[in-house]
Amino acid sequence: MKAFDLHTLIIWENTMLTYILKRLAAGALTVFFIASVTFGAMHIVPGDPLMGNKATNAEIRANLARKYGLDLPVHQQYLRYMGNMMKGDFGISFTQQNRSVNDIIVSHFPISASLGVLAVIFATIGGILFGSLAAVFRGRATDRTVMLLVILGISVPSFVFAALLQFGMTELNQWFGSEVLPIGGWGTPLHMLMPALVLGLGTMAFLTRLKRSSLLEIVNQDYIRTAKAKGLSPLHIFFSHQLRNSVLPVITYLGPSIAAITTGGFVVESVFAIPGLGRYFVQAVQQLDYTVIMGLTVFYGAFLVFMVIVVDIVYGLIDPRISLTKGKSS
Amino acid sequence: MSSSSYSSSDSLALQSASAFEPAHRTGQTQGLSRPSLSYWKDAWLRLKKNKQALLSLWIIVGLVAFSLLGPWIWSADPSEQVLSRISEGPTLSSSVTVLPPLPEYQEVIREDIPAYPEDPSVFNPAQLPAPQNLRIITAPSPEGVQLQWEPVAGADGYTIYRGSFVPSSGQLGIPIGDVDAGNKVSYFDQFDIKMGTVHYAVVPKLSGEESQEFASIEVTIPRAMTLVEAQLLRPDVQPGQSLPQVAHPLGTDYLGRDLLARIIAGARVSLFIGFIAPLLSVAIGIVIGGIAGFFGGRTDAILMRVTDFVLALPFLLFMILFKVVLGGGPGENGIIPMLIAMIALSWTGPARLTRGQILQLRESEFVQASKLLGAKPLYLIFRHLLPNTLGVILVSLTFAIPSAIFTEAFLSFIGMGVVPPTPSWGSLCNDGIQTFLTHPHEFIFPALIISITVLAFNLLGDGLRDALDPKMRSLS
Repeated sequence: MKAFDLHTLIIWENTMLTYILKRLAAGALTVFFIASVTFGAMHIVPGDPLMGNKATNAEIRANLARKYGLDLPVHQQYLRYMGNMMKGDFGISFTQQNRSVNDIIVSHFPISASLGVLAVIFATIGGILFGSLAAVFRGRATDRTVMLLVILGISVPSFVFAALLQFGMTELNQWFGSEVLPIGGWGTPLHMLMPALVLGLGTMAFLTRLKRSSLLEIVNQDYIRTAKAKGLSPLHIFFSHQLRNSVLPVITYLGPSIAAITTGGFVVESVFAIPGLGRYFVQAVQQLDYTVIMGLTVFYGAFLVFMVIVVDIVYGLIDPRISLTKGKSS
Repeated sequence: MSSSSYSSSDSLALQSASAFEPAHRTGQTQGLSRPSLSYWKDAWLRLKKNKQALLSLWIIVGLVAFSLLGPWIWSADPSEQVLSRISEGPTLSSSVTVLPPLPEYQEVIREDIPAYPEDPSVFNPAQLPAPQNLRIITAPSPEGVQLQWEPVAGADGYTIYRGSFVPSSGQLGIPIGDVDAGNKVSYFDQFDIKMGTVHYAVVPKLSGEESQEFASIEVTIPRAMTLVEAQLLRPDVQPGQSLPQVAHPLGTDYLGRDLLARIIAGARVSLFIGFIAPLLSVAIGIVIGGIAGFFGGRTDAILMRVTDFVLALPFLLFMILFKVVLGGGPGENGIIPMLIAMIALSWTGPARLTRGQILQLRESEFVQASKLLGAKPLYLIFRHLLPNTLGVILVSLTFAIPSAIFTEAFLSFIGMGVVPPTPSWGSLCNDGIQTFLTHPHEFIFPALIISITVLAFNLLGDGLRDALDPKMRSLS
């Protein structure tokens, strides 16, 4: 019996490993594709990066072109760009002299990431809490209020929440005569609370809906009836049977929600004046900083692709019913 | 035919020929007790029962009418700037009082007090007391505000601040001017004064250093017009009379443009993008997904690989990237680039949906039967496959519209969508949030209309899904 278990474990580990490797390879291919599309897109942009007041005469222009490798034929530029990217080098910014894109990512991404993590935590906890509340009190006032808030959370753009919250906090700060919460900027953990809440609200609404419907589906399952028949207390049934089993769809949605929260950062970071990578990306687009746009697009793309893979793998690990290797087309 | 004929003991030979004649139908044996309902009629009946969805449908119809007929009902020009009426709040009727000319400004200099303290080192500049009795000496008018206060011993000058909020230590507003002697105790503010409430703060200073203490006063500037301005409109006007003015039901923006007219114009842009982008991407998706599903094999494999790759592109990131690529030169409104980028990135969802539906339907009995009866591919597609996919596609279209409106608003809000001065709901919000703390209406109204629209589409989508596909009925 023991030998058999070990055997299945080895097989499981092997298939798991193959699965992870397969997913990573597909992910790398996707990132390669994203990088190529980005490169192609940036090269059909009308005009060229050296336009404007930088290249005042032909000589300076030639020097600048050499510096950024723009004097090479397009296919060589592409090879160089892809080669550098393999080495993890995204190049030098066009607008900020001597600042590398890597440097920008290293100094600004941690800010966006910490905000995003807090937003995901808010969204998950809030989603599970409110979803459970609505399901437990199905059809009653609590349920109806939660569902009304959910539909509002889905329908109201995040910048509206951001503005309203900021306005409310300004009034509150004035009313108390001291700063309850800072209305913008970055520095202390207190600065993170409001932006993270706004960032997570949309996702929280989706998760609440998901949690509610998955809980309602589970309520009629046989094992819940068995648990009731055994005489378990409703609280015990809720926490050890319903909550755990209904949390799985919520985890599946985490992949897309990470994407939503990452791009949501563009708005939230600019409303709350947070020096994160999202605001930097928006700025780079406005200033047509080619290398920064390309570098950040590829970076964000790679980040999102691998986050989805990680979520899928985690999902497979916690739910033994899901076979990662069978029945799922990659 | 009755079953008794089988069990009869008569021999076959005795059976007369009449037994083989078809029986006559006597009366209605089988029928529908109610008139037959087509799929769409049934769906409509279900939708009509859903009050939320029906209300949403009417709101959407209203919005479309609002954007199409709006310019005829409310004929204000959305691009006309009236710089004298910037950031006005909503008013239904508006009139303006004509003010008499301000009296000549006379600087008040107190001769009984030295202009500068004889020994400045006696005084600590930071602890100079606040000036007493800060007051205005002429009626407040947009033309100018005259302030006067009691002198502060030890001050060699005063700084005057102006702001929109009640001043507090460190947040006095904007320094608008200063007085360069301790005995000059008046100030005439003529700089760009707008209707509404302003707060002045006067801070004594010594040797260029300002005190911590200050005096403040709240001044309400009336909606008023100077005699000179009024006389340009009507030469015979008298001071104290009131002149009627164009009313702005939703107020004006930071350039004095009528907000209602801008929201109507913005509705045309936002709803245009909101409807056309999903419609076209669904159309492309149906064609690609339909081809993939119907022909299968290699065609399917290739098309689905392409779809997978496009699906792997992070949507908003590439929206922005494609906007940069397509975003034309100066003077363009940026609507078409946004539309193209949106379509290029969002046809994948409908394509997968259509393919899945068609794959499912292709194997179903009624399609097999139709094939068996000699139906040609085109007939199959248009008679059986597409009509049966339509319900699911319609539902996905209803959900695609609010997300397109959202995307437009999101991009325009971060300044990457519709190019100013073209109004769209997103760019109106972007303009409005700059002055949100002082003039909230400029942000609230566009934000409200986006939210209502998206809400209506989401509720309608829920209703349609329940009505068209009872299997997919949500547990609500």
